Parts: sequence; structure tokens; C-alpha cells
Amino acid sequence: MSHMQSVPGFDQETALGQEAELAGAPQKPGKRKKIATGEGRLAFFLVTPTVILLAVIVGYPIVKAIIASFQKDRGLNPATGFFDQGGGFAGFDNYKTWLLQQCPKPGGGTIKCPPGTLASEFWASVGFTLGVTIVAVALETVIGMIMALMMHKAFKGRGLVRAAILIPWAIPTAVSAKLWQVIYAPSGVADRVVGWFGFNNVQWSEKWPARIAIVFTDTWKTTPFMALLILAGLQGIPDELYESAKVDGASAWQRFWRITLPLVKPALAVALIFRSLDTLRMYDLPAILTGGANGTTTLSILVVKQIQSGPNSASALSTITFIFIFACAFVLVKLLGANIFPKPPAKVKAR
Amino acid sequence: MTSSVQAPTAAAGAGDTTFEHPKRGFPWGTFGSYASIVIILVWCLTPFYYMTIMAFRQPDYALDNSLVPSHLTLSNFKYAFNTTNNHFGRSLINGVIIGIAVTVIGMAVGVFAAYAMARLQFRFKYLILGAVLAASMFPGVAILTPLFQLFTDWGWLGTYQGLIVPQISGALPLAVFVLTSFFTDMPWELEQAARVDGATPGQAFRLVILPLAAPALFTCAILIFLSVWNEYLLSVNLYNGNDNVAPPTVALAKFTAGPHVQPYTQTMAAGLIITIPLVIVVLICQRRIVSGLTAGGVKG
Repeated sequence: MSHMQSVPGFDQETALGQEAELAGAPQKPGKRKKIATGEGRLAFFLVTPTVILLAVIVGYPIVKAIIASFQKDRGLNPATGFFDQGGGFAGFDNYKTWLLQQCPKPGGGTIKCPPGTLASEFWASVGFTLGVTIVAVALETVIGMIMALMMHKAFKGRGLVRAAILIPWAIPTAVSAKLWQVIYAPSGVADRVVGWFGFNNVQWSEKWPARIAIVFTDTWKTTPFMALLILAGLQGIPDELYESAKVDGASAWQRFWRITLPLVKPALAVALIFRSLDTLRMYDLPAILTGGANGTTTLSILVVKQIQSGPNSASALSTITFIFIFACAFVLVKLLGANIFPKPPAKVKAR
Repeated sequence: MTSSVQAPTAAAGAGDTTFEHPKRGFPWGTFGSYASIVIILVWCLTPFYYMTIMAFRQPDYALDNSLVPSHLTLSNFKYAFNTTNNHFGRSLINGVIIGIAVTVIGMAVGVFAAYAMARLQFRFKYLILGAVLAASMFPGVAILTPLFQLFTDWGWLGTYQGLIVPQISGALPLAVFVLTSFFTDMPWELEQAARVDGATPGQAFRLVILPLAAPALFTCAILIFLSVWNEYLLSVNLYNGNDNVAPPTVALAKFTAGPHVQPYTQTMAAGLIITIPLVIVVLICQRRIVSGLTAGGVKG
């Protein structure tokens, strides 16, 4: 019975003394409370449905994909010349096909994957995915920071700006891809705009223009979101800090580097990591805008292309993809020292 | 305004001197403030504005490239709902069905977990929270490949359940995180007072917590619905060509006016129809949505 009144949530330390009194439990100040058994049981019933559902919808498919990635796909067996039903143990062959470019050779053995196969596109698409992420997220961070500073400074019309800024975010990516397709159409708006800067006859479907188009479109859509997250961080900085820095003669630039940036860094780091994760798994935008043609195939597009021709090989690729994304996330978390995983209250307090 | 402290102006371009000599010369501070608002508005709204005027423009003038509304017509909207080439009208209904189903399931399951996370102390709490977050970080393609095979075996390809179930993988973690954050910030004293006055835990939850949490639940529902309405990767690969269950993003991506025709203006009309409800909701609830986003994103 006592469970409803006892232990607080994340930041409820202040109320702890009172609550302990209510619950009638002996409580040393500053020490973590012993977990009541009733509370644990209630929590178990409340949390279990979520855990089971996620285990079924996310955990099971991922385990299944990992198992499938070590199995042969059905198809013509190049060693024997017969049609293989697939399913046999393949070892790391599927991974080798992608990572080491070892495609099966007629008559057994392997050769370097010839151009035109999906496997031969692997490293190019890793490079493209990583490149888009680095460039787009860097642009989004810088422009988002500038926008957030502008919004923070603008006293009048902040509500209007905040409403406007949510519009690119609210437009579904599929719609935004179609919209920019019209803008990048031959002799469309984009042609005219770059024409002002002396770039005539840009073929937006070519490799580099298409890549730039994808980066620009992604930046347009997600920068406002980034700006909102940064703005939330900015609003937590007390004005007194700037005031005293100004009294001490700090320039605007110094105030930005010494006060704004360090204090906004936790919010910025989390926003940056989540944006990077999102961009690394990008699918909608290039799939609709270019269809992945001309060197704009992201890893997600490559997986989707592979599913029909060989699901086990596609499983290997999707496993590579998520390990790659988690590795990137790990590096970013280490680099930025961000707290993206929830921690027990003691550590939250120390932050 | 001049006596209050201004944010660092380095990026905004306005100088320090304005602050120290507010009454001399051109009011750079005010000017910069307005200029930055205009820049942000142009950045955010121009493409959307262009989509809107294109949607109302006659197809023959699609590549006019003019930013002024001209050659106005409603025929594009009529075409969007024409079922000869597309099933766009049906896809809107599908989108609502799928969106509501995912939102209801995600919220109904997630609200209890979030309550426990915010309110109760139990073993493995942070491990479970971390696992929920990790589940939302898997790329869609990681679950797409096995689901594609499973659904082929079960005959779930191109069915509503085949489009609804996979999306819970994104909706449920979102619900847990946004609601945990909201619940943590709620004043628990009220619940305690109810308990002291003799309410059972169930009554306290039903009569005190739920009414207080209603705005948070509403915000969370909107965020989930938006994300489902925007979803493309899972839908386009699991709808299996069945236009009777395809959501609007899929219908829009394959929007056509027949071979060798670029239906620019018609597509923009369809895109506008998909977007307008979202824009209205976002404008009405902007404060809540921003707080929900920052709660889910920053506090994570």
C-alpha cells in the first residue's frame, strides 16, 4: 500500500523528507531509499507490456535478421550450377560480399564484385551516407545555432517565428521531397536561382548536383528543429551571466564562446547526436527525390534494393548498417561527452 | 528593451555599440531583430509558399517559376481525388486509420511504463529506459528485412495490421520518453494529498493524475500521430502495392498523371492536402509541441 506515496521520480529529491514521513519508513537524509516490494511489483506490471511489445516488434526481428545473415540465399549455386533452395549455413559469406567485395564466382571461389551488382555499390553508399550526414548535420548545427540566437534575441514576433519554424518540420519528408523535386525540375526555380550566381545549365540529376540538392533539402527541413532544441538550451542560461560578463568588458564574441557555447553544449550535443542518427538512416528523401540514382544511394536504400533479390544477404547488410550507425553514435557520444542515456538521479544531480 | 540584456550578437551581426549608446544613430539592434525575423521567415516559408501557389496554378504554367500567384485554378485538387490514376482520397482515410491505431496502442501501453519510470523506484529501471531508447535508435531497415519475410509467410503484406504493428516500434519509445518527462515534471503533492484524504491509488491516478496529465497525453498523441503520418520507409515496402491500405506518403510518392507527364501542380495540390491539417494542428498547439519536443529530445 505504501508504494503510491513513497519514492519520487528523477528530480524529486526535495520532497523526499516529507514523503518518507508519510510512508513511515526510516530514512537517512541523502541516502537512496530501499525499494518497497509492493512498488517493485506494481512497476513490474506497468512496465512489462512495453518491454514485451518492444521485444516482439524490435528485438525478435533483429535477432531473426542476425541469424538469417549467416544463411545462404536461394538462387543459382555458382559452384554446382544447380538451383539452391537456400537456408544452409553460410558463415560470414554474406558479410564478405558487402565488406570485402567478394562475390561468388561461377565454378566456386570468389571474385571482386563486378560493377552493376548491388554489392559493388556498398562502399560508395557508405561514403555517401557518411558524407551527407557530416555535411548536413554540420550545416544544420551552425545555421540552427544562428537561428536560435536570432530567435532568442528577437523580443517581438517570437511567437510568429516559432510558428513559422515548425512548418518545415511539420511537412512530411515525402511531401518535402516532391516539393523540392518541382523546385529542382529542369528550367525550374533552382535553375533560375543558381543562374543568378552564374551557374547555368546545372543538371540536377547528375552526381554532385543531386548530392548537393539532397543535403540542401535535408538542411532546409531539419534546421528549424535543431534551432528549437538549441533555443530551449539558450533559454536556460541566466541573463545575469551575460550582464556580469559585459560589466567585466567581455566582447560579444567572447560572451558567445565563453558563456553561450559551453552552457548550451549539453542541449546541442543531444540534438546533434539524434540528428546524426536520423541522417545516417535516411531513406525517404533520396528514395523519392532521386530514387538513389547517380551516387545518391544511402545504406537504407541499398538494403531495400537488396531485399527482393536476397533477403539473407539483405539481413547481413541491415545488420552492418545498424552496427555502423551505433558505432557512429558511440563515437559521437564519446566525442561530445553527451548524456543521451538516462541515468540514475544521483548522476543527474551531479551534472 | 535597450536596458535589458541582449543575447550574444556575434552571429546576428549587430554590434556592441548599440547597447552602450542606444540613442545615437541608426537603431541597429531593432533593425537586426526585425531583419533576423525576416530571414528566418523567408527560409522556413518560401518553399511552403511556393508549394501553395503551385497547387493553385494551371498545369500548363507549372514552370512559370513566378512567385506571384497566377493562372489560378482548383482543377489540381479535383485531379488529386480523381481515381483514374491515383488512390489519393483513399490513402487519406488509410493514413487516419493507421495513425489513430498506432497512436492509441503506443499511448495505451506507454503511459503505464512512463508512469512507473517517473514515479516508482524499481530494479533495472535505467536499464529498461536505456533499452527503450536503444529500440528507437535502430534504423527502420534493420527490422524491415525480417518483417518483410515474416509478413510474407503470414499473409500480412498489404494489410492494415502489417502497416500498423511495425510502426509501434517507433511510437512506443516516443510515448514512453515524452510521457516520462512530463510525468516527472508534474507536482506529485496533489496526488499525495488525495492519498492522505483517503483515495485509493487507483482513484488518485484516475481522478488526480489523469486530468492533470491530459494536456501532456494530448501533446504526446499529436507527436506520435505526426510521426506515423510522415512514415514512408516501412509503409512503402510493406503495403505490397495494395492501394486500399496505402498511407498518403506512399500515394504521393507514386502520384502520377499517366506516362511521360510530370504532374507538378497536381502533386503539389495533393502534397498540400496532406500537409495542411498538420500545419493547422502545429500552429494551434505550437507551445505544447515545442515543450514536448524539447522534453523528448533534450532531456531524453
